[in-house]
Amino acid sequence: MAISVSSSCRNPTSPYKSFSSSLYLPRIPFKFEKYQYGCSDFKPASISCVMTRESAIQVEEMEKKWNNFQRPDSFGRFGKFGGKYVPETLMHALAELESAFLSLSVDEEFQKELDGILRDYVGRESPLYFAERLTEEYKRPNGEGPHIYLKREDLNHTGAHKINNAVAQALLAKRLGKKRIIAETGAGQHGVATATVCARFGLQCIIYMGAQDMERQALNVFRIKLLGAEVRAVSSGTATLKDATSEAIRDWVTNVESTHYILGSVAGPHPYPMMVRDFHAVIGKETRKQAMEKWGGMPDVLVACVGGGSNAMGLFHEFVNDADVRLIGVEAAGFGLDSGRHAATLTKGDVGVLHGAMSYLLQDDDGQIVEPHSISAGFQESISIGGHNTSFGDISCIRLFGEIMPNTAKWI
Amino acid sequence: MAIALKTTSFLQTRKSQSHFLRLSAPTFTVSFKSRTVMATLSIAPAVGLSETFSRLKQQGKVALIPFITAGDPDLSTTAEALKVLDSCGSDIIELGVPYSDPLADGPVIQAAATRALARGTDFNSIIFMLKEVVPQLSCPVALFTYYNPILKRGTEKFMSIVKDAGVRGLVVPDVPLEETEVLRTEAAKNNIELVLLTTPTTPIDRMKAIVEASEGFVYLVSSVGVTGTRSSVSSRVESLLREIKEKTAKPVAVGFGISKPEHVKQIAGWGADGVIVGSAMVKLLGEAKSPEDGLKELGTFTKSLKAALP
Repeated sequence: MAISVSSSCRNPTSPYKSFSSSLYLPRIPFKFEKYQYGCSDFKPASISCVMTRESAIQVEEMEKKWNNFQRPDSFGRFGKFGGKYVPETLMHALAELESAFLSLSVDEEFQKELDGILRDYVGRESPLYFAERLTEEYKRPNGEGPHIYLKREDLNHTGAHKINNAVAQALLAKRLGKKRIIAETGAGQHGVATATVCARFGLQCIIYMGAQDMERQALNVFRIKLLGAEVRAVSSGTATLKDATSEAIRDWVTNVESTHYILGSVAGPHPYPMMVRDFHAVIGKETRKQAMEKWGGMPDVLVACVGGGSNAMGLFHEFVNDADVRLIGVEAAGFGLDSGRHAATLTKGDVGVLHGAMSYLLQDDDGQIVEPHSISAGFQESISIGGHNTSFGDISCIRLFGEIMPNTAKWI
Repeated sequence: MAIALKTTSFLQTRKSQSHFLRLSAPTFTVSFKSRTVMATLSIAPAVGLSETFSRLKQQGKVALIPFITAGDPDLSTTAEALKVLDSCGSDIIELGVPYSDPLADGPVIQAAATRALARGTDFNSIIFMLKEVVPQLSCPVALFTYYNPILKRGTEKFMSIVKDAGVRGLVVPDVPLEETEVLRTEAAKNNIELVLLTTPTTPIDRMKAIVEASEGFVYLVSSVGVTGTRSSVSSRVESLLREIKEKTAKPVAVGFGISKPEHVKQIAGWGADGVIVGSAMVKLLGEAKSPEDGLKELGTFTKSLKAALP
C-alpha cells in the first residue's frame, strides 16, 4: 500500500531538507488492533527514522543526471546496477523473453486483453482513499497538515499488488507457448497471486518456498495448494526467500525450454526488472488520474514500503520525471540499523550480484549473502533491491528511512 | 642450453681443456641446479591450462579434470584430496569456492557448499591452504567461483590474491560473456586463464563469440540444467562438440552430469579434449564414513576414470 500526500504538506524550503521535522514521523505511538506479535509486554513504541545515503546533490544537477539516464539500457543496466548475471543456459531464454515483451508492449490486442483482465478479474482501478482520521491525526495545531490518501492495492483480487505482474506475465507465457509456470515466494503473497492466475489460465504451477517461511505462513501455503498449485519446500541454505529464489532459478535453468519463471519483484536478471516495473506502472498511472479527479493536482509526496521494490516502482515510475513529487521508500530496520538484524538493504547493504542482477545486498565480508531480519516474512525480499530502486538511491531522489517498529507486524 | 666451445683452445691445451671441462661442468651443473631450485621455490606450476592441453594433445590423450568443493568435509581433507587427485592421474583440478547461493549447482554441490560454509570455510583460509599445497602438485589448479565474492574484494585484488596462491585458471558461471571483459583483463595481467562456458541452449553466433573469448579451454555444459550426476550423457553432446570444433581449434572439455568411466569413455570417443567430473567426486568425499575412507575412494574412482580415457 502506498501513501500519496497532497499539497498542504509541501515544504517551502529545499525539498532535500532532512525529514526529521516532517509530519509523518510522529512521536505518538501507533495502535494496532489487528496483529500483535509477542504482545505480552507490549509498549507503544515511538518511531525513529534514519535517512540514508544523504548527498548534497542540487536539484539542477539531479535533473541533469536523471535526464541522461536510460532505464534500462540495452544491456539491462540502470546506471551500474541491473544486468544479467545468470548461467549461460538462461541467456537465450532471457533474450527471447525481452523481445517478446517489447513486441507485446506495443501490441494493441495484447494490451486490450490485459486491460480487460485487470478490470474484470483483478478488480482495477483500485481506489485512492482519503484517510480522514489519519489526516486528522497529523494536523498541526494551526489546522495545517498533509492530506493523506491511501492507494488501495490491498483491494485487488488476492489482496495485494502482486497480481498485476502475475497476470501479465501469465498472458506473456501463454503467448510464448509455455505451459509450465514456476515462481518463488516469501510470505506467500506472490505465490498466491501466481497460483491464482495459473488456475485462471490453465497453466501448471509450481511454487518454491523456503521451509522456514512455509511454517510461518501456513495459511498462504494452504491457499496456494487449494488453487491447484504444487508447493515445493526449499531446505537448502537458510530455507527462506533467497534460497527459494535460487531454487526457482535452478529449476528454470533445467526446464528453460518448457517453463516460464514468473519473478515476483523488480529484481532478477534483465528483462525482469523492466517487465515487472512496467506491469505495475498501472498503479502510478491510476494515481495520477485519481489525484487530478480528487484535488485537481499532483501528489506532493509518495511513500511506499520497499521489500523487493515492486510496489514502490509501480507507484513511483509514473512520477519519476516530475521534479516536484517527492519519492520516499521505507525499509524495515528490525532491531536497529546497527544491530545487524534488519532488512534495510539500501541503507546498509553493499553493491554485489545476486539472482542475476547487480544491486545493494546484505552480505558478509566474504561476499556470502546474509539473511535479513524482519518480523514479517514479506520483508525478506529486501536482500537485494531491484535495479531501479538502487539507481534511484544513488542519485538521491529517493529518501529511504529505516523504521524501527518493534512488536508490530505491519507498519500500515 | 648450448655451450659453444672454441675448437682451437680446446685442442691446443689439453690441460686447460680438462681444466676447462672441469670448470664448465660445475658451471653447467650449478646452472641446472639453480633452475631446479627455482622450479620448486616457485609458487606456480610452470604449466598453465592451455599448455597442459597442448602437451596432452601431442600425446594423444584426453584430460581428466575433477572438481571438488573446498572445505567439505574440511580444508585439511581438501588439501589431501588435491594431492590424491594429482597423483591418481588428474591433468587439471577445479576447486570450487563454497557460496551461499550457487545458482548453477545441483543438490550435491549445494550441500557440500553449505557444509563447508557451516564449518567456517572462507576465501582467506582457502588461499592459505592453496599456498601450501599448490607447489606440491604437478597439475594446474583452476578456481570455480561465483561472481559476488570476486566483486566483494574487487576484481583486481581478487586476481592478484589468486595468482599469489598459484592458481592458473578461473571459471565464473554467473558472468555472461558481455560482462567478462574486465575479468579477462585482470586475469590476464595475473597469468590466469578465464574459462568460459557454452551450453546446449546457446545459439551458434553467441557460441562463436564465447569460444573466441574463452581462455585455457572451452567448457561445454553437457545438458540443460545444473550440476549433478546423470545416468547417461545426452546425445546432443556429440553434435555440440562437432559444432564447436568447426568454430575453434581451442581444446573443449565437457562437464555437468558425468559420473562413470563409461560416460568418460563415450565423450572422449566423440572428440572431447577433456572431461570434467564434479558431483560424483564431491558425493564420494561428502558421504564417506570418514575423511580417510573418502580420500581412498576418491583415489580409486579417479584411477578408474583415468583408465577409461585414452
